[in-house]
Amino acid sequence: METLGYLIDGFGVALAPHNLMFALLGAFLGTLIGALPGLGPANGVAILIPLAFSLGLRPETALIMLTSVYAGAMYGGRISSILLNIPGDEPAMMTCLDGYPMAQKGKAAEALAISAIASFIGSLIATIGLILLAPVLADFALTFGPAEYFALFMLAFATLGGITGKNPMKTVVAACLGLMISTMGIDSTGVQRYTFNMLELYEGVDFIIAIVGLFAISELLFFIEERAGKGRKTIAVSKLKLSWADIRHVLPSSLRGGVLGFIAGVLPGAGASLGSFISYTLEKKIVGKKGHFGDGDPRGVAAPEAGNNGASSGALVPMLTLGVPGSGTTAVLLALLISMNITPGPLMFTQNADIVWGVIAALLIGNFLLLLLNIPLVGIFVRLLSVPPMYLLPVVTLVAFVGIYSISNSTFDLYFMVAFGVAGYLLRKLEIPLVPIILGLLLGPEMEKNLRHTLDISNGDWSALWDSGLAMGLWIVALVGLVLPYIVGPILRRRMRAAAETEASDRQ
Amino acid sequence: MTHLNDRIFGVLMLVLAVAYGWGTTQFPEPFGGAGTVGPDTFPKVIAVVLALSSLYLMVKPDPDNAWPMSRIALELIIAVLVLVGYALVLEPLGFIVATLLAVGTLCWRMGAVPVRAYITGGVAGIVVYLLFSYALDLSLPLGVLDVLEGS
Repeated sequence: METLGYLIDGFGVALAPHNLMFALLGAFLGTLIGALPGLGPANGVAILIPLAFSLGLRPETALIMLTSVYAGAMYGGRISSILLNIPGDEPAMMTCLDGYPMAQKGKAAEALAISAIASFIGSLIATIGLILLAPVLADFALTFGPAEYFALFMLAFATLGGITGKNPMKTVVAACLGLMISTMGIDSTGVQRYTFNMLELYEGVDFIIAIVGLFAISELLFFIEERAGKGRKTIAVSKLKLSWADIRHVLPSSLRGGVLGFIAGVLPGAGASLGSFISYTLEKKIVGKKGHFGDGDPRGVAAPEAGNNGASSGALVPMLTLGVPGSGTTAVLLALLISMNITPGPLMFTQNADIVWGVIAALLIGNFLLLLLNIPLVGIFVRLLSVPPMYLLPVVTLVAFVGIYSISNSTFDLYFMVAFGVAGYLLRKLEIPLVPIILGLLLGPEMEKNLRHTLDISNGDWSALWDSGLAMGLWIVALVGLVLPYIVGPILRRRMRAAAETEASDRQ
Repeated sequence: MTHLNDRIFGVLMLVLAVAYGWGTTQFPEPFGGAGTVGPDTFPKVIAVVLALSSLYLMVKPDPDNAWPMSRIALELIIAVLVLVGYALVLEPLGFIVATLLAVGTLCWRMGAVPVRAYITGGVAGIVVYLLFSYALDLSLPLGVLDVLEGS
């Protein structure tokens, strides 16, 4: 019941006119970003952070806007899956399987509407799950000591690649790089580390610059390399003919997808890809021969879309309660929190209750806004799909430049950002994942602090790091998370690809 | 299929790990003694982990991704130079002119017709400038267009 009181307070925050306005703006921009080719949700949130910053938004407003962008990008991502057969990000892959065939049959409008409704249901279920689960988890996390936190951070890194991840060793390398960058600057004892006597480095590397460089600038370089500047033809969207019966037809699929997605989102290492994959395959099993999956079955659109959105809201649970993000986009949101001087984690639920619950309430409201925005305005978003990347990406680069410049009015930061962009491009070519770098940058100071506390308490005895049962458990899960991809990863990836291929060949 | 990329990257990372680890020996003694965990403890741990994982990469590298060949590599270098140039001229030339040049060139190199490319750059520059100055109340440098402000 306490939760309900907080939630009502949260609605008070979220419904304040300017917060509502920024939520609407965020939802709109998010859908736009999700729909545009070549801009994933992490990217989109990253380029908007500097703006939230230089506008001097209050923390809750900034967070509300960016979580709306996040939710919106998840909605927007489905548009290109359905109309172009190009998934905007990995989780959207399963939506292509039935969405694109539906569009080819002239039912694009229906596929878009169904996916919007399924997204809504998935997010709604997951947000309710978040409301129920987050306070419990936060209470539990209050019992964590520094050793447990240190183990938890290791767990976050180990499971970041997800069980579909490729080479876990590359995750380790990436995490080390991020942690190394985070140690630059003056540390808590006042010692300069790796500053090379450059004044600009005394305060360390601003992770916002690193994030924008690694994501946005490297994306531009990738597009240039693939010479994908021209854009592609979209399928025309006819007039929407959707009856109540059609919606009821996909309702059970959406509900199941949402629940599965939420669970996948909360669990470390599972993530949205797995959420949409399980939802789709389970749906296919349940419906069985009665459906025509892979051939434009509406339920095949609804299930993965609900799973995808459920997982993205579920991923907020570990980020808000433990301060440990499970995905690239939630890592970017964490960056925002840290740079607003809010320490994420269990204490946030007591110290910054208004912010946490304001954001949660905003997620609920945002869902309704997104549904309202997505059904009538889908035409606008569809038209945006045909904006060729050769105009789009330079303009995105401009937004990144102007955002970073407006934080500190220094061109030094811009050179730094370009350098990070080039590094990001090279690392992506080597298949070194970028998200662990970001996570290392963000969590580095906290990790060091917790390591220091643990060893100070134990008088330098390193075994204190895994002394308690809880810490030991976390270490074991971390180890499993790191090793499991070696065993399960190839199998799972092969299955996902096989599913996609058989559906494609069935169609021909 | 070769495995050279990961091997070279592994060597580079090993060098980095050693240099980074050596860096910890150069830290000045913190005021009041180092305690059980000095400023060098955490970096040392990272250096060891990075060194081990880079050795692994050298021993068991993944297959290479192809690097872009001559023409595209040139385009990439041009793009990076444009970005650096953008940062370089942003203050002296002012935001609008710098954006016109940088965004225009990028659009053009990505395949747009030059005229349309530079129009995109110019329009984007002016729109963002107006948005920042009037709607968001943030100042961007005007540079060579400074004269317009007085009139």
